[in-house]
Amino acid sequence: MLLLNSFLFCGFVCMISQIILDNTKLTPGHITSILVVVGAALDSFSIYDLIIKYVGGGALLPITSFGHSLIHGALAATNSHGFVGLMMGMFDLTATGITTAIIFSFIFSLIFKPKN
Amino acid sequence: MVIIMKNSKYDKFADMHKAEEHRVRNAFLAFLVGGLVGMLGEFIIEVLLYNFHISRSDASTFMIMIFIFIASLCTALGFFDKLVTKFKCGLLIPITGFAHSMTSAALDYKNEGPIYGIGSNVFKLAGSVILYGVVSAWIFGMIRYLIGVIS
Repeated sequence: MLLLNSFLFCGFVCMISQIILDNTKLTPGHITSILVVVGAALDSFSIYDLIIKYVGGGALLPITSFGHSLIHGALAATNSHGFVGLMMGMFDLTATGITTAIIFSFIFSLIFKPKN
Repeated sequence: MVIIMKNSKYDKFADMHKAEEHRVRNAFLAFLVGGLVGMLGEFIIEVLLYNFHISRSDASTFMIMIFIFIASLCTALGFFDKLVTKFKCGLLIPITGFAHSMTSAALDYKNEGPIYGIGSNVFKLAGSVILYGVVSAWIFGMIRYLIGVIS
């Protein structure tokens, strides 16, 4: 059931962004930025947590989950540190993704040569 | 009877139909590929859960690492660009697009040296995602925090 939900949700997000990309003058950079803001907005009232509960891994893959984990870590840190927690916990959950992307892109850019 | 149509008018009609068809096909392809990526992610999580007996949050972290590794490797090997031009948003919107933008920027500016080439250009495309994500998360988090304090 989670597999089917993942397929539908992730495909739905990709289809919406493809329709926006084809029908407006926005570039992929605009669309990913908009989706991150949408993810953060959805999680500020815990809607994205509900989506993750029913969809599973499919909700963690689209870039909306990046905004979700940013605000999720920030709000979790406010419980123990108060207002400063917003800055302290911002990268708590996304640190894995960003660190992995930095390390692998650096290693591969050292090893491989650009094709064109 | 032959209907004579001006060339410019004909081009306009042909263009309209072509664009329409491509839009529908693009949207369908994005749905299919994006959905397959999402399903693969959930599948990897479940395989890790049942084989290694780790918690679900750990499994999803490993899943994201695996996806970033695969996307970076495919970009470096050179055939991810062709897939992206074919499937567009199906591969750009999942986390694979994030890894692809970073690796391709690092590779493109490699010959300008390690500092001013790779170092200052890695976040060229992914930087906007991080910037607007952090700013919006900070604003929404502050609103949520203030609501929590008041009530």
